[in-house]
Amino acid sequence: MKTKFTSRLGNILMLALAAFWLIPLLWMTVTAFRPRHAALSGLFSLDFTLGNFATVWSAAPFATYYLNTILIVVCVFAVQMLTASMAAFAFARIAFAGSSIVFLLFLVQIMIPADVLIFPNYNVLKQLSLLDTKLGIMLPFLASAFGIFLLRQVFKTIPAELEEAALIEGCSQWQVLWKIYFPLARPTYVAFALVSISYQWNNFLWPLIITNSVENRPLTVGLSIFAQSFEIGVQWTEVSAATLLVITPLLLIFLVFQRQFIESFMHSGIK
Amino acid sequence: MNASLRRNGFAWLLLLPSLLFLLLFTFYPIALTLRLSLFQADLSTPEPVFTGLANYRTMFQDEVFRKVMTNNVLFALGTVPLGIALALLMAVFANKALRGRGFMRSAFFYPTLIPMIAVANIWLFIYTPEYGFMSRLLSWFGVNDINWLGTPGLVMWAMILMIIWKEAGFFMIFYLAGLQNISKELYEAAHVDGVGRFTVFRKITFPLLMPTTLFVSIVALTNAYKLVDHLMIMTRGGPNNSSNLLLYYIYETAFSYWDQGMASALTAVMIAVLLLIAAVQFFGLDRRIHYN
Repeated sequence: MKTKFTSRLGNILMLALAAFWLIPLLWMTVTAFRPRHAALSGLFSLDFTLGNFATVWSAAPFATYYLNTILIVVCVFAVQMLTASMAAFAFARIAFAGSSIVFLLFLVQIMIPADVLIFPNYNVLKQLSLLDTKLGIMLPFLASAFGIFLLRQVFKTIPAELEEAALIEGCSQWQVLWKIYFPLARPTYVAFALVSISYQWNNFLWPLIITNSVENRPLTVGLSIFAQSFEIGVQWTEVSAATLLVITPLLLIFLVFQRQFIESFMHSGIK
Repeated sequence: MNASLRRNGFAWLLLLPSLLFLLLFTFYPIALTLRLSLFQADLSTPEPVFTGLANYRTMFQDEVFRKVMTNNVLFALGTVPLGIALALLMAVFANKALRGRGFMRSAFFYPTLIPMIAVANIWLFIYTPEYGFMSRLLSWFGVNDINWLGTPGLVMWAMILMIIWKEAGFFMIFYLAGLQNISKELYEAAHVDGVGRFTVFRKITFPLLMPTTLFVSIVALTNAYKLVDHLMIMTRGGPNNSSNLLLYYIYETAFSYWDQGMASALTAVMIAVLLLIAAVQFFGLDRRIHYN
């Protein structure tokens, strides 16, 4: 009886903590829909408005920022999927000379990620004359060691008999990769997509450093410039509205795919 | 012979694109960093001058650098154990809660998805004196207005709190995965023997989650050195460098002061720190953990 009571109490406390975790999002959402005087007065009232969003949309080129971010996210993931699948297949299924050494080389990318190499990578990009381009934002992320390791794990669990059968039927190794391994590893691709997309959508420091024109800026950089164009503390309603504009797409995707998202994370072998 | 050659060729062909990017954006930049860190290359020297270890010597005498390193250690000590403990608690409850399981998981996980730059905007508002959520909450308890981000002794705590909020849900996912792998029979046997809940956690759940804890702690520790976006919006390292961290200091040195030699030396230190963390994982801790 006593354990039942404590377990229920614990559950209630955790639900309260979960509710507490939501406060920042709720606070910002409410602020985004309120006129400025109401947001700062601290008293609750029924004043709500969509004006903040109109102001934000006309004050900064958020449409361009959106397009840039979507383009970057899609291109990076498409290329990563291709390069990582190929490399993972080589590591998982082909006995070749030097495989363990090359594998170790890729491990270094996990230990020393691109975020840390901002300054030398800036110099590399300058040498390639790719500063202030969307291609420049994408380049350092086109090969993903994380993706390679993830897919390698899954490819290894696919029975070799399937491959042998296909080879006997006259498939080439390349066809085996795309017709057998690729479709069978779909849940892992979903998990990898979620990691890759949220990383690129949220990436900030690197695009901040290498872009300086509106045409190439992603949402995160646009948002930070917008937020800092105000005197601190004056335009909270607009900043909240802009922040909401940036985070809503990802939150919506998450809410819609919540189940698959967490399950695919849990079963994809990211551990 | 011919078959083996073809097999090798095919493997290397598959690896080629990934390797190319790896060399160009991981290994070449690292080499570039190590080389440039031995040069004086700033605004006053149009052509870099070789100065050996001078940058490193200056760095270790630099008070800001020492403060930044101390801050980073404090930041890690503040975020890693607390974040992990909370994540474990979240996972244990979100795993078997009868009611509100989906709600719990989503509520804890959503901060992970939000860009750090958006998190910074939200929390800047929360920490704002007078109008912010923190101030309003504390004023109900009769506590006077506190300027969280403007007070040197408090700013780091404000950052630690925010990062724990952002990260704990992410680590929870790994613990949820770990919990799925523990066999149900162990719990059933314990239940039959009438073992208490806390003892079950201490003797079964916690030890069997050790590999997950190790993995999560390495990720958290690495993150403690990688997360800086929020500093751009919230404090710019201030006041008086009390919230400055190594990566932000690299950014400032490189792109505000254009001291390229020093920025390279700092990056070299950063690489060393990350390699050290990785080495601890591979050679130290990994052996003491028993896998099931």
